[in-house]
Amino acid sequence: MNHKLTDGGHVMQVGTLARVEGEGAMHIELRDGRVTDVRLRIYEPPRFYEAFLRGRAWTEPPDITARICGICPVAYQTSACWAIEDACGVAVPEEVRLMRRLLYCGEWIESHALHVFLLHAPDFLGYDGAIEMAADHPDVVETGLRLKKAGNDLMRVVGGRSIHPVNVRVGGFYRMPLAVELQTLRPTLVRALEDAVETVRLVAGFDVPDFEQPYEYVALRAPEGYPIEVGSVVTSSGRSFEVRDFATHVEELHVAHSNALHARLDGGDRGPYVVGPLARYTLNHDRLSPLARQAAADAGLGDTCRNPFRSIVVRAVEIVEAVSEVLRIVDGWTDGAAPSVAVPPRAGEGFGASEAPRGVLFHRYVLDADGLIRDAQIVPPTSQNQAGVEADLRRLVEGWTGLDDHALQHRCEQAIRNYDPCISCATHFLDLTVDRR
Amino acid sequence: MSRPKLAVWKFASCDGCQLTLLNCEDELIPLAGEVEIAYFPEATRAVVEGPYDLSLVEGSITTPGDLERIEQVRRASRRLVTIGACATAGGIQALRDFADVDEFRSIVYAHPEYVETLGQSTPVAAHVPVDFELRGCPIDRGQLLEVLSAEIQGRAPRIPRHSVCFECKRRGTVCVTVAHGTPCLGPVTQAGCGALCPAYERGCYGCFGPQDTPNTASIAARLRRDGMAEDEVLRVFRTFNAGAEAFRRESVRHEAGAGVGRGRKGEP
Repeated sequence: MNHKLTDGGHVMQVGTLARVEGEGAMHIELRDGRVTDVRLRIYEPPRFYEAFLRGRAWTEPPDITARICGICPVAYQTSACWAIEDACGVAVPEEVRLMRRLLYCGEWIESHALHVFLLHAPDFLGYDGAIEMAADHPDVVETGLRLKKAGNDLMRVVGGRSIHPVNVRVGGFYRMPLAVELQTLRPTLVRALEDAVETVRLVAGFDVPDFEQPYEYVALRAPEGYPIEVGSVVTSSGRSFEVRDFATHVEELHVAHSNALHARLDGGDRGPYVVGPLARYTLNHDRLSPLARQAAADAGLGDTCRNPFRSIVVRAVEIVEAVSEVLRIVDGWTDGAAPSVAVPPRAGEGFGASEAPRGVLFHRYVLDADGLIRDAQIVPPTSQNQAGVEADLRRLVEGWTGLDDHALQHRCEQAIRNYDPCISCATHFLDLTVDRR
Repeated sequence: MSRPKLAVWKFASCDGCQLTLLNCEDELIPLAGEVEIAYFPEATRAVVEGPYDLSLVEGSITTPGDLERIEQVRRASRRLVTIGACATAGGIQALRDFADVDEFRSIVYAHPEYVETLGQSTPVAAHVPVDFELRGCPIDRGQLLEVLSAEIQGRAPRIPRHSVCFECKRRGTVCVTVAHGTPCLGPVTQAGCGALCPAYERGCYGCFGPQDTPNTASIAARLRRDGMAEDEVLRVFRTFNAGAEAFRRESVRHEAGAGVGRGRKGEP
């Protein structure tokens, strides 16, 4: 909806953003070609996870926090497990870390394929949605659905189901999948790798505007490999810190127009910071597998990517990376490792982070001696990216005042989808004001 | 005959149940031929005006605005099917229903005046008539397709109301309680997941909510005998279907022993 203001200004509003996970709206005000107000308004109702986690047992956060997001439950389960294990002073064996990485790769494939093909590609090819797109580009939609299904199939084998997997526990897994079960996925995975490389080629050809942005990038970096299930924090300005120091570097601010908190790094001295595929790629490009690195080079990506409209290309490269990793882990898997280690509770504080498909997801828990949770803090990627999304919208509108309203509005929606915002994730942690009836 | 118009609505939820529709990778395109996807913001910008032949509703009612919106959705829908534990039982966010008001007050928040919310998280059926409730956290893909097929064909969906135990037997899974003494809510929980947890050597945790004749007191006694404390028994009934009546009642029964809570707010 667009309308003129009596003082000559101009307002552009989208009441319900489509093809994002959760409920959000966009509000932009212009006066004399200058943007006077930009708000990504998140009206998804808060669900108060951090409040009701208090008093729950140390064993429960993997199942409970999974329900923050149906699209990236494994991210929540993984960050929660690291944090609780940290609080209890337990280190899990290498096989558990590898199995976490395998399950997490399934989530990356499923979530990225969903976003690239069903939510984002229709913007570039000029359709309202993937179903409409399927009429003219059946092969594109079929490739996307096949890839998404490969990710879901992997999650089903390792986790029991793809949405809210049941096999994850603090300390590891309830049952270790067998090599023979993993091998049944091999034909699907080989096809998925071909599909993923083809996807990079497809999206590399999409038209994107020139829109390089200078934001500070924040991502994890692991001792080896591309960061997925674990790592410590690095930034594009050269800062680095341990996950346990995350909350001292990142400050969360509650703004009036949104039910998600905004995040600020080190007092905001470098403006908004951004997490997610662009940040991961820029800070870990050297860690990609040879096939993913080649796919990125063929797609024209350099050592860094600073145009959010090219995030779809980076997501596609990350699908190649995830499928390659899955094949590596599946082919190297031997049976016999214990599914989990005991995690006896103790009083203390623990921290955990992992790379959700949309970026760094941080958890912190304080436990008492019986293992009951005294305090919980969860910082999801979408709330960290909110300020960056708003800054993009501001620059975009000021740079393209020549576009007609319809085109401009569409481009703004696309700019929001560049970040694959997961609004259900972002809105879960505000504390409560009660309206009783 | 024109295709029936399908709408998908979201209230307080994680998106997982509507994602289940998009996870029907093999059926999605054929389904779009059988029904007109008229309103589904997660999937398309296109909006076809109501009324709708079938509305799928995900999520629980938690804000003053939701109260109005669910009425509008009902008015715009010939048939209304709720999907998932949030829409059918209030979801995990219904844990607020049991919270001690004083404890909530003691939690410090930056600007509570920015947030609008109700004191309880309630299922859709508490506010408007619902034609069918599909349970699960998340719902099962096969069951969703069965409900959609039934709605298209104008018949009753074949969704069993018996316990998870039947599914373990059918699957050939050895009973985790009998064999290993693992606490399991399978006997009081509705089937539908395919008895996933026992197949992964874990007890059922009740994410499909109570079956049609749940003997929760008997299971609670068994959990106590297997070594669970009162507060642990309370918590296993108080998760994703905490607001479902049979689970709610059983959890309240253990409040005194656990030394917490005062039942659902508003009750004497």
